[in-house]
Amino acid sequence: MLRLEGLTLVQGDFRLRADWTVPAGTRVALIGPSGAGKSTLLNGIAGFLAPQSGRVTWDGRDIGGLAPGRRPIAMLFQDGNLFPHLSVARNVGLGIRPDLRLSAQQKAQVAEAIRRVGLEGMDARRPAELSGGQQSRAALARVLVQRRPLLLLDEPFAALGPALRAEMLSLVDGLCRETGATLLMVSHAPEDARRIADSVVLVDEGIAEAPVATAEAFDDPSDRMRRYLG
Amino acid sequence: MAAGPVALSRGLPGRAAAWAVIAFLVLPLAAVLTAAGGSGRIAAADWAAIRFTVVQASLSALFSTALAIPVARALSRRRFPGRGIYIALMGAPFILPVIVAVLGLIAVLGRGGWVNGLLGQMGIPPVSVYGLHGVVLGNVFFNLPLATRLILQGWGRIPAERFRLAAQLDARPRDVFRLLEAPMLARVVPGVLAVIFAICLSSFAIALTLGGGPKATSVELAIFQSFTFEFDLGRAAMLAIVQFLLVAAAGLAALRLTPRAISGAGFDRPVARWDTGGAGMRLADAGWMLVAALFLLGPMAAIVSRGIGGLARMPVAVWQAAATSVVIALLATGLTLLLTLALASARRNWVEVAGLAPLAASPLVLGTGLFVLINPWDRPGDWAFVVTLVVNAVMALPYALRVVGPAVSEAEASYGRLADSLGLTGLARLRWLILPRCRGTIGFAGGIAAALSMGDLGVIALFADPERATLPLMVWRLMGAYQMEAAAGAALLLLSLSFALFALFDFGGRWRAET
Repeated sequence: MLRLEGLTLVQGDFRLRADWTVPAGTRVALIGPSGAGKSTLLNGIAGFLAPQSGRVTWDGRDIGGLAPGRRPIAMLFQDGNLFPHLSVARNVGLGIRPDLRLSAQQKAQVAEAIRRVGLEGMDARRPAELSGGQQSRAALARVLVQRRPLLLLDEPFAALGPALRAEMLSLVDGLCRETGATLLMVSHAPEDARRIADSVVLVDEGIAEAPVATAEAFDDPSDRMRRYLG
Repeated sequence: MAAGPVALSRGLPGRAAAWAVIAFLVLPLAAVLTAAGGSGRIAAADWAAIRFTVVQASLSALFSTALAIPVARALSRRRFPGRGIYIALMGAPFILPVIVAVLGLIAVLGRGGWVNGLLGQMGIPPVSVYGLHGVVLGNVFFNLPLATRLILQGWGRIPAERFRLAAQLDARPRDVFRLLEAPMLARVVPGVLAVIFAICLSSFAIALTLGGGPKATSVELAIFQSFTFEFDLGRAAMLAIVQFLLVAAAGLAALRLTPRAISGAGFDRPVARWDTGGAGMRLADAGWMLVAALFLLGPMAAIVSRGIGGLARMPVAVWQAAATSVVIALLATGLTLLLTLALASARRNWVEVAGLAPLAASPLVLGTGLFVLINPWDRPGDWAFVVTLVVNAVMALPYALRVVGPAVSEAEASYGRLADSLGLTGLARLRWLILPRCRGTIGFAGGIAAALSMGDLGVIALFADPERATLPLMVWRLMGAYQMEAAAGAALLLLSLSFALFALFDFGGRWRAET
């Protein structure tokens, strides 16, 4: 269970507050106008931004003092999710051991993850030799081997076309169902949220509101949600 | 805790390296201060040295800059085949050993040199290359290219739209100069003057070879002489303090006057120009570029042509010295790169400043201090190579850091978060993020460090006993023994080794780069 306790994040004059919990295994979409602080919230949870006050706990344990790589979190950013100078296999392997000293079994694990996302035979390629969709798949293969219980997506598929984006989201959906991972994803498109999320968090006017079940959020929207959806 | 990434125990090696560098710069200075112990008074000869140092540095800065302006102007408004090579050539003197350039200048302008040969045929008495004007000439040789590159950067920063606007207004070349170029020069030139002045204050090898005597002794040379001829530690220490104050003051002034982006990048954006004037102006531009090229290439050509004959006449000791120099250069380069990576990865401002501090230090002052520190314990001569190695490594640090630092920052800016999220720390981060993304710049920085160390003639002259020598010291000793043929041969060897080391590192950094 992810719990944000009186969390206040500050960046310059921008402030964002959040105080709610997400049960394990839930898939949550963060929606809201651009610049409202959706990425800021993810960065706060992932450890790239130290909170001004409040706590972030996972399963009752305060993870605030942990470095980003030590948190039970896998995260995909808007861009730059792969090291361009490393092959697909190495990029994926980094998810198992940052020093890339992999055992034979771990190497097999990497190969299996690459196969699972549909990149079989592309282990030795560099990211520049892959299409945009394939790059996303490679990043997802790494998420797969990372086996972290909490997955944060900061719009990693934003640059893909609608069809590819839907494909990636269903890949993510399958991944979460299989591993029971909890998902927090930033989304600009309500239809994406509908497709994959159990609940929706509206981030607007300096507040990230508590999650609301997706159907309820869109079919019976609150006043603030109504203003956002227009 | 302020907004920012969650506390990471990163940068420990960087902080350790920064403290080590600071200690290495400060401890010898403290030792010098203690050794001086009030015994040193500034004598008349010392005042003469101070005066000479300031005068030669001022003149060198003035002439370098004055010559650089027309050359840079010509380069900025002319497009011709080989322009890129010409600009690259302007970078060559930076890695050219001073002693080689001096020998080359002597070959061209010295008593039996090419120019005096020509003058003699015309019945004009020979000119001397020694004394104040010789020292200034040597400094201009090294700093004209630097000034040209810096001023060319200034031209590059004038937006292309302004030239278009000027052309639209039918501005003549004179108007363009008044409207666009003169204001740029007014901004850039003071910084260029200050930088070159500061560099020339530490003139040692040039003063040692082309100066000397009561009328042409720089403070650095005076330190050397009070050491080797009189063994007057008190006087050496007092001069070391004077030198430190001079360099520190000039360095601070240069820092305040210098426009940013003094490093090489981005100075060569081609800009369309319409104010290129007629044939006369084209001829003048070509003339300036030709003069600068002859001035820079002449001495190098002279070394090559004289050195080839001298190669066979070199004593065996030259080869030993060459081997020693290569080993010292390689080890010094390794140390420089280690320090550079540690400092650059720390990503803290004061750590970077510590890495730039050696710019204000004088090798002779460092050497004096280290001598004072070692002397009570052991024979300093036994430490000659170690001290040379470490001093060379530290003196190359600012240049290496200026090259590698921005590349590390860029790698961190682009992929630091990804690396953090994957837990890439310490050696894993170095191996899988920093090294692959920065290897081109690391190779280039290594090349600079290796060439600088290879050609250094400074501290080694203080420490070495007659049985020990690096290659530059060997060249100087051969010159002193009037074995000019052998000296030219050794200089050619030195020139080749310096350029080869630079090329080796630079090429190694780019070879099969995985980007």
